[in-house]
Amino acid sequence: MTTVASVSEETESSPYALSHLDALESEAVHIFREVAGEFERPVILFSGGKDSIVMLHLALKAFAPAAVPFTLLHVDTGHNFPEVLEYRDRTVERHGLRLHVASVQDYIDRGVLRERPDGTRNPLQTLPLTERIQSERFDAVFGGGRRDEEKARAKERVFSLRDEFSQWDPRRQRPELWQLYNGRHAPGEHVRVFPLSNWTELDVWQYIAREGVELPDIYFAHEREVFQRSNMWLTAGEWGGPKDGETVEKRLVRYRTVGDMSCTGAVDSEATTLDAVITEIAASRLTERGATRADDKMSEAAMEDRKREGYF
Amino acid sequence: MTSTTEPTEPLSVDQLSATTLLRFATAGSVDDGKSTLVGRLLHDSKSILTDQLEAVERASASRGQDTPDLALLTDGLRAEREQGITIDVAYRYFATARRRFILADTPGHVQYTRNMVTGASTADLAVVLVDARNGVIEQTRRHAAVAALLRVPHVVLAVNKMDLVEYKESVFAAIAEEFTAYASELGVPEITAIPISALAGDNVVDPSANMDWYGGPTVLEHLETVPVSHDLAHCHARLPVQYVIRPQTAEHPDYRGYAGQIAAGTFRVGDSVTVLPSGRTTKVAGIDLLGKPVNIAWTPQSVTLLLEDDLDVSRGDLLVPSKDAPPTTQDVEATVCHVADEPLTVGHRVLLKHGTRTVKAIVKDIPSRLTLDDLSMHPHPGRLVANDIGRVKIRTAEPLPLDAYADSRRTGAFILIDPADGTTLTAGMVGESFAAPQPVKDESDDDGWDF
Repeated sequence: MTTVASVSEETESSPYALSHLDALESEAVHIFREVAGEFERPVILFSGGKDSIVMLHLALKAFAPAAVPFTLLHVDTGHNFPEVLEYRDRTVERHGLRLHVASVQDYIDRGVLRERPDGTRNPLQTLPLTERIQSERFDAVFGGGRRDEEKARAKERVFSLRDEFSQWDPRRQRPELWQLYNGRHAPGEHVRVFPLSNWTELDVWQYIAREGVELPDIYFAHEREVFQRSNMWLTAGEWGGPKDGETVEKRLVRYRTVGDMSCTGAVDSEATTLDAVITEIAASRLTERGATRADDKMSEAAMEDRKREGYF
Repeated sequence: MTSTTEPTEPLSVDQLSATTLLRFATAGSVDDGKSTLVGRLLHDSKSILTDQLEAVERASASRGQDTPDLALLTDGLRAEREQGITIDVAYRYFATARRRFILADTPGHVQYTRNMVTGASTADLAVVLVDARNGVIEQTRRHAAVAALLRVPHVVLAVNKMDLVEYKESVFAAIAEEFTAYASELGVPEITAIPISALAGDNVVDPSANMDWYGGPTVLEHLETVPVSHDLAHCHARLPVQYVIRPQTAEHPDYRGYAGQIAAGTFRVGDSVTVLPSGRTTKVAGIDLLGKPVNIAWTPQSVTLLLEDDLDVSRGDLLVPSKDAPPTTQDVEATVCHVADEPLTVGHRVLLKHGTRTVKAIVKDIPSRLTLDDLSMHPHPGRLVANDIGRVKIRTAEPLPLDAYADSRRTGAFILIDPADGTTLTAGMVGESFAAPQPVKDESDDDGWDF
């Protein structure tokens, strides 16, 4: 049979070929600058998780040597990892940014939201998020969502229109042609913007390695007291575990995603460096969310429904 | 996840990073086996991970199917799952050791032309799928026409279901010949025909043992090796200014940079450039490539240009080489695809977004509507409805520096927006529809479509 290896020699050695990371970086920077040019009050959702860290890194590059012309917003579930909150605050301070925090705990204390029996607070983030968007009149909200994460996200636009209730209507999404993003919206509506739409988990990690971006320690292998629930290693803590029949053990683990403690699982790992993490991920046979996120396993249509309500 | 074979040795980080990116689109219907082809590409390139496959197996079993239905990998929304159709463009991601892929997966039914146009607008390559038993049908011609209209540089004809025609070379050759003749006439620059069976896996990822007569690459081999960067020497250089960077800090008191993504060609320090639409000229004093100074930058890099003179440059302006500036005009003639549910009519007041500039405009005339199935032309339809392709004449409130879409996909394209609710109405391509082998007659002749 034929091989066509000879063709690639001339392709990849073209002086004008960009690596895939350069191409994705350039696209994301274009998106940030487009929003800066077209919107009045953009905000970046920043949790201290790796996707939002990469978003911020790209925004810093997009506007250097000037400051990033956006503020940051974190929806704090009250069950966040302390290492991540510490990282969040340090990063905000280092770059002289302004951080808004919308707190799920406040809503529970005021009786507006009720704790779920399973202790999971991820679904409770929607109301604090959408109310803060309204009260601050944010018109563009950057999220770190990627289309490779989940089936309902595969159809998400880079510029995703939300109505005044922050709802996502798949039938009202606008076709996106070429690189001509359409950010027009009525007062009260806003646009969710996803600069990492075309990135995969591996791209994000490779970019972190290439750029030497600092991450919270929990992304690397460390000893931690965990217990097993729904086939995931969860961190023991006051948020709601371990319960009857669940036993705590010390294991060497790392996190692939970082979110609410109640639904973010760790994986067994010995990877203490970025290169080791990337090698493990490249060989992994489980997608990021399948391995570590309980909230996506709910049902085929779970994410679609949650997006309609205004979730990230 | 990133290798076509189970890795015995884990790939090094350098190996993983040294790949290029190919954006491609698929066109074909469920009946042609498109979902199976996409599922097969993802599956055989080891891009479907254990939990995704398990989810598909669970869903297939709950529907009473005994083998995993790979099409379920690619149906995202509940409405589609319930109706068994694909209603939108979905983006899929996979990688091999040689390349990263972004696949715009578009449905192929007639009423979804707009989705195919959307997917093809950013694609370097389009895969057109046909059923070997049916050969080139109206829908195939429509897909070829969309690829030609959107000037997708590479087209692959995947002749599927070869297993159902006994893997006969004669069947494949006849289809390949008919399609190639048709697409060439429309000006498609490069066509590769590949005989496959997506269901059996012939020539998708692995070479087929059933078709010794075929000496070319498999679909994946072709995707891995097709050139993604163009010969930039013959491109016009274009930089639409997105944003002006002015730190005004003690460290950078006088820095004023013009940020944008190079839409075409290359820029070098020292180049004489003209700012459009004002027409003022200056020289490139420096280029910042995301924080690092460079002497040369090219499409699609996002850069910041520093200019020698203090000119009035702002978002919406276009920086071009002084010796290669496009004409500016307020009269736009273009081929469009209407993408909104509300029709486009003569007299319609719209916004036109071109590059980084959005201007008021009015639809002056709709000279013709084009039927893609047979390329027949209908003069003066008065309006275009969703999925219609047609010619329009538009008058803009301000002059725009327009390239022909044939010369520059990014600076020859525009969208029309409804000023009332912001809906994206229409996708437009400046200039002639197809790359014509012979000179095209004057547009005002309404006696037929010319190639």
